[in-house]
Amino acid sequence: MSKPVIEANGLSKRYGTATAVDGVTFSVGEGEIFGLLGPNGAGKTTTILMLLGLSDISAGEASVFGHDPAREPLAVKRRVGYMPDSVGFYDNLTAADNLHYTARLMGIPAAERKQKIAEALSRVGLKDVAEKRVGAFSRGMRQRLALAEIVMKDARVAILDEPTNGLDPQASLELLDLIRALKASGVSVLLSSHLLDRVQSVCDRVALFNAGKIVLMGTVAELGRQVLGGGYAVEVEADGGRDVTKRLAALTGVRTVSEPSPGRWRLTCDRDLRGEAAAEVVAAGGRLKQLSLDQPSLENIYTRYFQSAAQPQEVSHAA
Amino acid sequence: MRREGSALHGLGVVVLKELSDHLTSARMRVLEWLVVLVALAAVYAAITQIRDVTAQDPFLFLRLFTTARQPLPSFVAFLSFLVPLMAIGLGFDAVNSEHNRRTLSRVLSQPIYRDALLFGKFLAGLATLSVSLIVLWLLLIGLGLIMLGVPPGGEEVARAFIFLLVTIAYAGVWLALAMLFSVLFRSAATAALVTLGLWLFLTVIWPALSPALAEALVPSGDQATTIVAAQMLARLSPSTLFGEIVLAILHPTTRTLGPVYLSQLQGAVMGAPLPLSASIMVAWPQIVGLIAATILLFVGGYIAFQRQEVRA
Repeated sequence: MSKPVIEANGLSKRYGTATAVDGVTFSVGEGEIFGLLGPNGAGKTTTILMLLGLSDISAGEASVFGHDPAREPLAVKRRVGYMPDSVGFYDNLTAADNLHYTARLMGIPAAERKQKIAEALSRVGLKDVAEKRVGAFSRGMRQRLALAEIVMKDARVAILDEPTNGLDPQASLELLDLIRALKASGVSVLLSSHLLDRVQSVCDRVALFNAGKIVLMGTVAELGRQVLGGGYAVEVEADGGRDVTKRLAALTGVRTVSEPSPGRWRLTCDRDLRGEAAAEVVAAGGRLKQLSLDQPSLENIYTRYFQSAAQPQEVSHAA
Repeated sequence: MRREGSALHGLGVVVLKELSDHLTSARMRVLEWLVVLVALAAVYAAITQIRDVTAQDPFLFLRLFTTARQPLPSFVAFLSFLVPLMAIGLGFDAVNSEHNRRTLSRVLSQPIYRDALLFGKFLAGLATLSVSLIVLWLLLIGLGLIMLGVPPGGEEVARAFIFLLVTIAYAGVWLALAMLFSVLFRSAATAALVTLGLWLFLTVIWPALSPALAEALVPSGDQATTIVAAQMLARLSPSTLFGEIVLAILHPTTRTLGPVYLSQLQGAVMGAPLPLSASIMVAWPQIVGLIAATILLFVGGYIAFQRQEVRA
């Protein structure tokens, strides 16, 4: 991993006696897409606000490009683009005017503003509606406008809070494409979400939040090995064949075999055993109908993790 | 712990944006009409009355501000309830609307401090109010010139100008109060209602209540002490302060705003006007009081805003 652009070390946030974020430690490398995942109210947004210097840090340290957000918020905010959860704009102003206002707050010189705004808007596909009032925009368009703001800022890091929340599938796919494009242009991305499968496709590494703590961190494949245990799950469907269960279990590398329904077998193995399993079924006289390998999905990892957690906790939905 | 950079970085941008919002808003249309109608009504009422009664008032022009003709109140009385309404109308949703539109965290994630946003909103509101009041003032003076046909003297203009400045300060108090509540209450409707309620209380109920309170709180049988105490209590209301300043500045014969003792009247020429500097001296504590109240209320809102969570 390259040099980290965001580092959090034991970051904590307490409100009175309640602890919203409890000793969170992670880092985001340059050019990486890092996902903070977890249910609503797990402390993702609070963590983000602390990194931006918009919320006081109760304990621990944060550093963004080597700047402490509590002491040098302006230095941090100059380099970081932020898209809040359900972002809002001034509805009575046009898209371009909204960006104009933030461009002036960012201190972009007057001579460059117009061109930068036009470039940013065309990059997120809002060029045609630049002079339309934001009041008439759909949610997806607002999210894209927020991305345009980050593009305009030339931010080195984009922090996106629930970027796909409330979007229809098409709009959220488009948004994820834009996020990938951001990464391609060298921007590091920290994003939070509770929609696991959507986010899985873009994140290089993820941290799973629960009740203010990071419970799991790593690449999706690493988490899969860690939580789902066996790592590879092969599913076989076949007609006929004698002693298929026994013969499959005898393969080297297979840990368990189950038969959820007649003619369907599920194997957990140490490596990808699809080929061996297929040969075995055929050798047993069965007619192979289907063969598949389960990719570890975040959804599975997540559910499995919380199922196996000793005492399932009720998560308060404070968001 | 020292913060890096100026707290007011970006202030000008916020002021200009808020100012343009105010000046193009529907509220401003309403304000403009109110201004014009009030000026016309006040001038009409005052001039018909002045023609009837006054022959040789040395401060004829100032009578434009203070003369009432039933059923219309005087211009000053108009202003004393129009100004708070205008100020509250501009300020009651200053901060909570940013919360509700979910623009606050996005704006604050730009390289500015919260100070700039709140101060910018206050300055823009005050500038909008000042523009309206200056227009109103000029309208009144212009109409007065045309209809009275008497040019105002230098001192009259000076007094009228001080009155304008005091009115702006008075507007500042209510604007700061409205902004304080716009920070404290997340719902704009609640903030507006609470501010209006407090305004009614301070303007209508408190002056009536203070003599009773003074009697209850000051057990002395001395009547003068009770009256002074009642006046002190009444002065906690900005409306009372404003009324007293208007009295001292626009009625040059006003010698004191408190009770008058016989000993003080020795050698005084009754009904003789005070010079401008003396009138200002009479009202100075009240003027300082108004400005101090504005600053206190703004600081209250500022502290509340700094401690507030930005998340929606």
